[in-house]
Amino acid sequence: MFSYCADPDTLGTFRWFSCYLTNGVHWSFYLSFIKVLALLAVTAPVALGFGFAGAMAARSHFLPLSWLGKGYIAIVRGVPDIAFFLFFVIALDQAFEWTRHQVMCPEWTDPIRQGNDFIVCRAAKLPLGTAPEWVHETYGFLLAVITFSIVFGAFAANVLFGGMRAVPHAQLETAEAYGMTRRQTFWRILVPQMWVYALPGLSNLWMVLIKATPLLFLLGIEDIVYWARELGGTKTSKFTQYPHGDWRMWYFLFLLVFYLGMTRVSEIGLERLMQKLSHGQATSGGELLRKETTA
Amino acid sequence: MSCLQTIQDYGLRSIGIGERLLPKNDFTLCEQFTLIGSGMIWNVYFGIMALATGFFLATALALGKFSANKWLRKPSEWFIFLFRGSPLFIQFFFAYFFFLSLKKPYPMFDAFTSAWLGALIVLFLNTAAYTGEIFYGALRSIPKGDLEAADAYGMSGWSRFRRIVWPTMLRLAWPAYTNEAIFLFHATTLVYFSAFPAWQQRGDALYYASYFADKTFNPFVPYPILAFYFIVLTLVIVWGFGLINTHLNRHLPVAKQGKMKFRLNLAR
Repeated sequence: MFSYCADPDTLGTFRWFSCYLTNGVHWSFYLSFIKVLALLAVTAPVALGFGFAGAMAARSHFLPLSWLGKGYIAIVRGVPDIAFFLFFVIALDQAFEWTRHQVMCPEWTDPIRQGNDFIVCRAAKLPLGTAPEWVHETYGFLLAVITFSIVFGAFAANVLFGGMRAVPHAQLETAEAYGMTRRQTFWRILVPQMWVYALPGLSNLWMVLIKATPLLFLLGIEDIVYWARELGGTKTSKFTQYPHGDWRMWYFLFLLVFYLGMTRVSEIGLERLMQKLSHGQATSGGELLRKETTA
Repeated sequence: MSCLQTIQDYGLRSIGIGERLLPKNDFTLCEQFTLIGSGMIWNVYFGIMALATGFFLATALALGKFSANKWLRKPSEWFIFLFRGSPLFIQFFFAYFFFLSLKKPYPMFDAFTSAWLGALIVLFLNTAAYTGEIFYGALRSIPKGDLEAADAYGMSGWSRFRRIVWPTMLRLAWPAYTNEAIFLFHATTLVYFSAFPAWQQRGDALYYASYFADKTFNPFVPYPILAFYFIVLTLVIVWGFGLINTHLNRHLPVAKQGKMKFRLNLAR
C-alpha cells in the first residue's frame, strides 16, 4: 500500500508491519468484519420479525397455529443451536433446489435421492453452474442469513411471548371495556407495552447473536475465523513477501478483543435504550426515572 | 449385519473401543443411531467434568465479585467479563493455538492440545464465568433478614457462610444454574468444530451426525437423531437438577417452593 513496501525484507519492524497489515489478503480480512456486521444488521430485524410471527402464532386461538408457534419456540430449547445451523444450511439448499426442480423439470422421472447423492436437473441447480463466483458467495451468505434468522427467530419468539404475557392483564381488560376488538387490543395496547418487558430478554438475545456470528465459519462463509486461520498460519518466503511463524494465536486474540469490544459497546447502548423505554412505564425502572425527574 | 452386532462394534467407537473403520456407505439407521449415541459419551464427559470443576471456581468468583476488597473484586469482574463477553467458539480457537505454541518449547503441554484436556479447560473456565455471574446475582438477593438472623445467633466468618450464605445462594441460583447446565451440554458440541482435532475420528455426537450428513448428503436423518439424544439429555438434566432443587428447598412450605421456572439464558 505504501511506496516503501516494494521490498519488505529491508524494512524495520514498524514499517514491516505497516506493509504487512495493509497487503491484499489483509484487506479481505478486514472486509470479512463487514460481513459479520452485515449479518448482524440483516439478521437482527429479520429474526425479530420471525419471532414476532412465532409469538403471535403461539398466542393464537386457532389451535394448530398455536401448536406450530409453541413447537417452533420449544424445539430450539432442547437441541444445540449449532446442530440447527449445520442442519438448515443443507436442508434449505435442498428445499430450494427441490422446489425449483419440481417447477422447471416436470418431465424428470429419476428419483432425486440416489443412494448417497442428491440429484436435481441442471436448470434447477442453485446457483446455476455457470453463475459467476460472487453469485455463489451471495447465495451462501443468503442461506446463512436465513438459517440465523430461523434459529434466532425462535429465541426471539420465546422472549416476545413472555413479554406479551407480562403486560398487566388489567390493561387488556380496560381495552376490552372500552369496546376494542381483539385485534385493536393487540396492536394498540399489548404491542406498545410489551417491549419494555421483552427488552432484557432481547438485549440478552442480541449479545448471544453477536457471539454466534463466528459460527458463520461452519456454514462455509469466508468470515473472520476463516481469514484468521488462513493469515495466521506459518508462511514461508516461497509463497509470500512477508514470511512469519505460526501467528494464529495472535489473530484469534485480536478476534477475542474485537468481540469483547462489541459486547461492551452493546451493553452501554442497550442500557441507554432501556432508560428510554422505561419512561412513563408502570415498572420499577420507570418509577425510578419518574422520581429522578420530579425530585 | 444385525443391529446388536453394530452396537457391539460401534457402541464405544468414540472412545476407541471396537471397530476402527467407520462405515463408508449404505448407512443403516441402526449405525447412525449407534455412532451418534456413542459420540454422546464425549458430550456427557465434557459437560459433567466442566460442571463439577466449574462449580467451585464459580463460587469463588461470585464471592470475589461480591467482595468489598478491590483486589478480589476487580480480577473476578474481569474474568467474568472476558469469558461471558466473547464467543466460546473463539475461545476454543485461541486456547488451542495458545497451547500449540506452548507445546513447542515445553513438550509437557502435549496433552493440552488434545480435546479431552484442552477443550475441557476452556469449558471449565467458561462455565465458571457464567455460573459465577449467576451465583453473584443470587448472593445479591439473599434476604437481609437471613443475614441479620445469622448475626443474631452469633455466627460469623466460615460458619455463617457455610450455614446461611452458601445454601441460600444455591437455592436462589438453582433454576438459572439448571439452565446454564443445559446450555453447557449444548455448547460441548462446539469442541470438535473448533480447532481441536478429533483424533482417529473419535468425535462427539455432532461430529458423527455431520459425518453422516456429509456422506449421505441427507441432513434429515442424522440431525433429528442428534436432536432426539439431546432432548433426552436435557430432560435428564432437568430431572436431576429438579431433585436437587427440591432438596435445597425442603425447609420451605410447599406453597412457597413453587415449580422451577426456566429463564432462557440461551447459548453462549
